[in-house]
Amino acid sequence: MWKLIKKRLQTAVSTRPIEEVLTSQPPRIEQGRLSCEDDLLVRFNHLAATVFGGSLHVRHVDTGSCNACEWELNALLNPVYDVSRMRIEFVASPRHADVLAVTGGVTRNLLEALRMTYEATAWPKAVVAIGGCAIGDGLIGKTYAQEGGIAPFVPIHVKVPGCPPRPQEILAGFLHAMECLTHGVEQSGS
Amino acid sequence: MEYTGTETVVLRAELVKACQRLMQTGFRLLTMIGTDERERTGHFILRYYFAADRTSQIALVTVRIPATDPTYPSVATIIPAASWYEREVYDLLGIQPIGHPDLRPLVLHGQRVNAYPLRRDYPLLQSLPEVRRELQEPALDEGQFIVPVGPIHAGVIEPGHFRFLVAGENVESLDAQLFYTHRGLEKRAEGMHVAEAMALVEQTCGVCSVSHALSYAQAVEAVAQIQLAPQAIWIRTLLAELERLYNHVGDVGNLCAGIGFSFGTMQGARLKEQLQQLNDDVTGHRYLRGVIVVGGVAKTFSFAEIERIRVTTMQILQEIGEITDAILSDEIVCDRFNRTGVLDAQVVEQWSVVGPAARASGVVRDVRMNFPYAGYGELEFSVPTFQTGDVMARFQQRIAEIYESGKLIDQIIRRLLELVQTGDGTPLLTPLPSLVPGSFAIGISESARGENVHFVMVGENQTIYRLRIRSASYANWPAVPYAVPGNIIPDFPLINKSFELCYACCDR
Repeated sequence: MWKLIKKRLQTAVSTRPIEEVLTSQPPRIEQGRLSCEDDLLVRFNHLAATVFGGSLHVRHVDTGSCNACEWELNALLNPVYDVSRMRIEFVASPRHADVLAVTGGVTRNLLEALRMTYEATAWPKAVVAIGGCAIGDGLIGKTYAQEGGIAPFVPIHVKVPGCPPRPQEILAGFLHAMECLTHGVEQSGS
Repeated sequence: MEYTGTETVVLRAELVKACQRLMQTGFRLLTMIGTDERERTGHFILRYYFAADRTSQIALVTVRIPATDPTYPSVATIIPAASWYEREVYDLLGIQPIGHPDLRPLVLHGQRVNAYPLRRDYPLLQSLPEVRRELQEPALDEGQFIVPVGPIHAGVIEPGHFRFLVAGENVESLDAQLFYTHRGLEKRAEGMHVAEAMALVEQTCGVCSVSHALSYAQAVEAVAQIQLAPQAIWIRTLLAELERLYNHVGDVGNLCAGIGFSFGTMQGARLKEQLQQLNDDVTGHRYLRGVIVVGGVAKTFSFAEIERIRVTTMQILQEIGEITDAILSDEIVCDRFNRTGVLDAQVVEQWSVVGPAARASGVVRDVRMNFPYAGYGELEFSVPTFQTGDVMARFQQRIAEIYESGKLIDQIIRRLLELVQTGDGTPLLTPLPSLVPGSFAIGISESARGENVHFVMVGENQTIYRLRIRSASYANWPAVPYAVPGNIIPDFPLINKSFELCYACCDR
């Protein structure tokens, strides 16, 4: 126990500032404060506060990816990116989700699972296609066992290209998904 | 390194006996490949590769199956490890193993359809009919229940369907249905240029990219019989160890996640992220893709990059010591890890389990040592083993391997610095000669999960005729259900994580 506490106290904070994670340009210091050109953080906080009562719930669906995109999604939870401080959470059930994060190019064996997960997600919902395979320009593409993209089966709202995309890019994708959802939320009034 | 070994061509009737003879002389099943060579020879051909770890020998048993009667006596009756290979060959090539103990569909889910996608005359783009699943009422005793889990799980993980047969809290048996992510990668590779297919091979798996790339490159280089530049060899070896390091460090965290011990989870995730950022800085890819190419490597490292690798790995090794020390001093952690998910050494032998899972059950099996490739033959390292075969053993196995990796990286860096300093000027890439159609070879390398074996057969114009990827996960998955009975369901995520098998490179 003592060793554990000691190590915890000795470990320096490794979490990156949100500004640094959310922007491609390095933040500047202006009047003693960090500041960015495109203030994604402000937009993000504003959206999160108005759209979903302050949070975004993400359900991940693997439709046949190579595992790299999964690990990058997992990396979002590590202390360096730590998306929970931005009120983004990965949830266990599609019924709790606002956003489906889909990876992979829809294999034959998983088509049914993708359809059922999409149907189980409450409206308004957005789909974020993560990685080349899900978007439809993956190297493997269409084969006898795979459809080569999620577009024919579920509507894509946001595309996050890359093989795999870096965690920052996935995070920006979630932000854009929130913006997509604003309209639906206003309509349904929830 | 070439593994031509001895090839024995046997008749169908003698197949089982020939395999049995090899098993009795210390060999184990390495991989089995079915090929459709009807257009070349008029036959289907099955190749059973065996490996003897102690004597570093590879043996190949080949059997020709006539196209008119695609059946053969099943080897799985005497070698359980052959079970999955034969089921897969039946699914994809339609060659039926007679007497196989379990002929349920493996790769293609649902009803059997009379279509065999890996046959040469099956077009790549022709979709198979949609899966129709039929649930069967299981025969249960009083008090027994089936708990189905997956394929979409609660966390951010890959898809697999598990059915636990439970009585009370204890699991009595586990049936795992995998191959949800079967993408048809091997069929896709057919007809591709051997050098271009590298990008495809790297997508077999996210976290074993380097190992898959190495196995594949070595197989093609064995066919081409080319020698690599020394610098290329050492860069490959360095990448292989960097991959092992970030995987094992991440696994230390993941195992703690299996019991909700957040100190270990977060520390492991933090160090893994540091290593992945190192990967990104020195190769431009967080999963080290794109550096290994057929015939060598695509880039060399500068002094600054080598120094960055040295400093970061040294710092990680020091920290991992403190962290694992703290983790193992926790009573609850030890209570959950000890005697959970025991894998018998006997199961390891029967199912030809590989990698850290085999070594944690006391079986010395490491292709870096037994079949040295890249630069491993010239390096000094030991293969740690543990005896108990439980989650704790697999956890400590990884920690021990992290330290070995550290030692290896240190040695590799010294070799690499010498070469970069002298700047011998040899190009990093050896050009490929013209490849003889029909020639084939296997390439083996040790990933963080065990050995990956690639079989490559070349066709006309430097293209791939048949590629068979046998990942470590493919070898180990059939053994996982043996470690589960007697444990409670909440321990399954922990047991699963202690094997840390990928679904993607198993399913391909």
